[in-house]
Amino acid sequence: MPGSLAQQPVYEADGLIAEDIDTYLDRHQHKSLLRFITCGSVDDGKSTLIGRLLYDSKMIFEDQLATLEADSRKLGTQGQNIDFALLVDGLAAEREQGITIDVAYRFFATAERKFIVADTPGHEQYTRNMVTGASTADLAVILIDARKGVLVQTRRHSYLAHLLGIRNIVLAVNKMDLIGYDQARYEAIVAEYGAFARSIGIEDFMPMPISGFKGDNITTLSETMPWYRGPTLIRHLETVPIDVASDQRKPFRMPVQWVNRPNLDFRGFSGLIASGTVRPGNPVRVLPSGKTSTVSRIVTQDGDLDVAVAGQSVTLCLADEIDCSRGDVLAAAEEPPQVADQFEATVVWMADEALLPGRPYWLKLGTRTVTATLQQPKYQINVNSLEHLAAKTLDLNAIGVTVVATDQPITFEPYADNRQLGGFILIDKQTNATVAAGMLHFSLRRAQNVHWQALDVTRETHARLKNQSPAVVWFTGLSGAGKSTIANLVEKKLVRMNRHTFLLDGDNIRHGLNRDLGFTDADRIENIRRVGHVAKLMSDAGLIVLTAFISPFRAERAMVRAMMPPGTFLEVHIDTPLEEAERRDVKGLYKKARAGQLAHFTGIDSPYEPPEAPDIRIDTTRMTPEQAADLIIERLIP
Amino acid sequence: MNHIDLKEREAVRLTHLQRLEAESIHILREVVAETEKPVMLYSVGKDSAVMLHLARKAFYPSPPPFPLLHVDTTWKFKAMYEMRDRMARESGMELLVHHNPEAVEKGINPFDHGPLHTDLWKTEGLKQALDLHGFDAAFGGARRDEEKSRAKERVFSFRSASHRWDPKSQRPELWNLYNARKAKGESIRVFPISNWTELDIWQYIHLNDIPIVPLYFAARRPTVERDGMLLMVDDERFPLRPGETPVELSIRFRTLGCYPLTGAVESEATTLPAVIQEMLLTTTSERQGRAIDRDAGAGSMEKKKQEGYF
Repeated sequence: MPGSLAQQPVYEADGLIAEDIDTYLDRHQHKSLLRFITCGSVDDGKSTLIGRLLYDSKMIFEDQLATLEADSRKLGTQGQNIDFALLVDGLAAEREQGITIDVAYRFFATAERKFIVADTPGHEQYTRNMVTGASTADLAVILIDARKGVLVQTRRHSYLAHLLGIRNIVLAVNKMDLIGYDQARYEAIVAEYGAFARSIGIEDFMPMPISGFKGDNITTLSETMPWYRGPTLIRHLETVPIDVASDQRKPFRMPVQWVNRPNLDFRGFSGLIASGTVRPGNPVRVLPSGKTSTVSRIVTQDGDLDVAVAGQSVTLCLADEIDCSRGDVLAAAEEPPQVADQFEATVVWMADEALLPGRPYWLKLGTRTVTATLQQPKYQINVNSLEHLAAKTLDLNAIGVTVVATDQPITFEPYADNRQLGGFILIDKQTNATVAAGMLHFSLRRAQNVHWQALDVTRETHARLKNQSPAVVWFTGLSGAGKSTIANLVEKKLVRMNRHTFLLDGDNIRHGLNRDLGFTDADRIENIRRVGHVAKLMSDAGLIVLTAFISPFRAERAMVRAMMPPGTFLEVHIDTPLEEAERRDVKGLYKKARAGQLAHFTGIDSPYEPPEAPDIRIDTTRMTPEQAADLIIERLIP
Repeated sequence: MNHIDLKEREAVRLTHLQRLEAESIHILREVVAETEKPVMLYSVGKDSAVMLHLARKAFYPSPPPFPLLHVDTTWKFKAMYEMRDRMARESGMELLVHHNPEAVEKGINPFDHGPLHTDLWKTEGLKQALDLHGFDAAFGGARRDEEKSRAKERVFSFRSASHRWDPKSQRPELWNLYNARKAKGESIRVFPISNWTELDIWQYIHLNDIPIVPLYFAARRPTVERDGMLLMVDDERFPLRPGETPVELSIRFRTLGCYPLTGAVESEATTLPAVIQEMLLTTTSERQGRAIDRDAGAGSMEKKKQEGYF
């Protein structure tokens, strides 16, 4: 055994346990919890350090120690000495390889605190494991081998810890025994690391010279390094402030997990409070609906509470019967979080199969699961050099910044403000694997601070008053296909049937609302987005809305469909072959386009994506506009 | 406590047990919200007692919206059966008891059949019960501090349709976001008390006055010493070897299972604080009293898990 065991410290007051167990239990009961991760390269001595923390805190029993001694002789790398690393390298395959290949959680306690350690690997391809471990950590211990100094891996670990929002960083310069406890070398390493840390936004860190193997500055101050004035690693871990107060000062937010309804007289909303403080009488708002009420009770099995704070699992009752279900967020009424459907996010890819931009994934954030698509990354971050690189996709362990769009608005907060409402996972819809983790930074809507106002006169009220079922009939097809002609006929027939309608026509809208838009792909998408929303508002007002736009891209038509209540969106493909439309050339536009006088003309130098499964397909080479209009009305008003 | 920053002192300070409790309740609720037919595996031990207590808290005032499942071997201590039936009554939950019919038919017992006893009654019995009722999620009371390979298992642990666990393809678990999606036929074993230690369990039982089987407390009981283990003669099925005579000793159990496989420790601890005191001062690990870990040497628990043992 290493000689340092002679100066073995005592974490727990052994005497107290033996003499006054009640006092001991009372102390243990009031301990706080610190979750931390250790990150280091393969040979930085990470497992040895953790093994020592467990060993010194008496988390190792005699029988385990006997196994450890036997294993150390058989498999160990420390000769006849105890190889502490063997204590924490769990799975059989890993033991043979001699490296930790997954995240493992270890537990120990001191007189002040209980600790959960995420033991995360230092191996090149396992960024995903470190990100996983860091996601729940309050503190990170970055290990450096004193012989090697700041390595590429050190930069990567520090960057990831910072990215995941860990504010407490310990720089543990390990293996000081192997450089003869050289103060100058230590200080050079700390200076080099400090310059790097500042460059990535780490404002503060706690450096310390240690030896996991010999035990220097782990639990007792090293006698061989009298020049070190700081605390031991353990002392620092047990006294570093955990910023619970700032979490509790933030506005109240609780994602609703489950609606508790044992009988007709009780309806409670269960969840884990993500931030803030809540008391009976507090006004709250349900997001994204925007409805408000007041907290009437905070229910637990141990009796109602006067106050509940971030980190507690509770059940809240509201004063009013309002709609609220799993996936909603209960929030302070006057300071609600944002609701949006497009975000900039940093995404860490965790699957062998690379990101497919545009493919729908499940996105889970808080208790809400929605469909999301990612754009091609704006850039990928090289975690070693921290350079921004151009990227078309993200491979396993790649980190990139991209735009995430969800099919429904979700309630969120920037990750930097709130891990619970800013962190998300992506799930492959086919394999159900968790393929990525992400952090939302901000919403891309300018209206990010506009909240939904719950209205008393609803879509249903408007529809009843007009005695009709509102709908959006979306005509799509090439220029000159006959969209406007047929839509116009349909509207005339509907009006004759006393239906309240409105026709949004592409050319007309481009004279007004969308006069600022051109014909690039981006402008076409924005054109359709605006028209979609106008159609949505008009149908909310009870109207049957007809739209006549080329709307060349499937994705945008799908986006508009998703805005409407199910069954109220009718996609009508006016299917006229290009040759036929060009032959008709009612407005002379094809001629101009062919002559090169019109850029981005659909069908000529800009693509048209025909619907794969339109609700109605009109082949204008086989029926007259009149017949087409009747067919559409038959479907619309059965 | 002058090292604690003033800001922190103004806040409501959650203790580690409060944080663990909140995390476990969160997990229990996520499973109920995201799976179709969950069940709680109830083994009547102290970890099960805590897990059941947390479930009752999580869904209060509703009873937990899932049944309890006891995969029985018929060889548990009598006191365990009494506690099991009492807790089912008090919690208002349905109690399902499963006996592997093959093990019943062959009369499998721990005295004559060695490792086959655990394999047939428990491992096979559990798979049968889950398939029989079509449960797609099963809560278990395993803790990460129990054993090295447990330390790396996720809170949500997926099993193939044939109940196998693949330690190489586990889903990453970030923040408190659990991905409960699975293909038809797959199921999840969920461990809500993953992050609790043995001391946390005892302390929580103490603070919340949670009923536990009296065998955890010392009392004078008939015992025989066999193969280095102190066994309790719990009923007349215990075959005495030549020369063995039961001796009354003050004993208790640190862990409970099939009585012929569970070693007792000599103890005078008749109260919870005294039990905790002994636990803290003891120098052997909890699982040492279980014969199961000795079957195949190092890595045996990992192997059992891959085969479907909980």
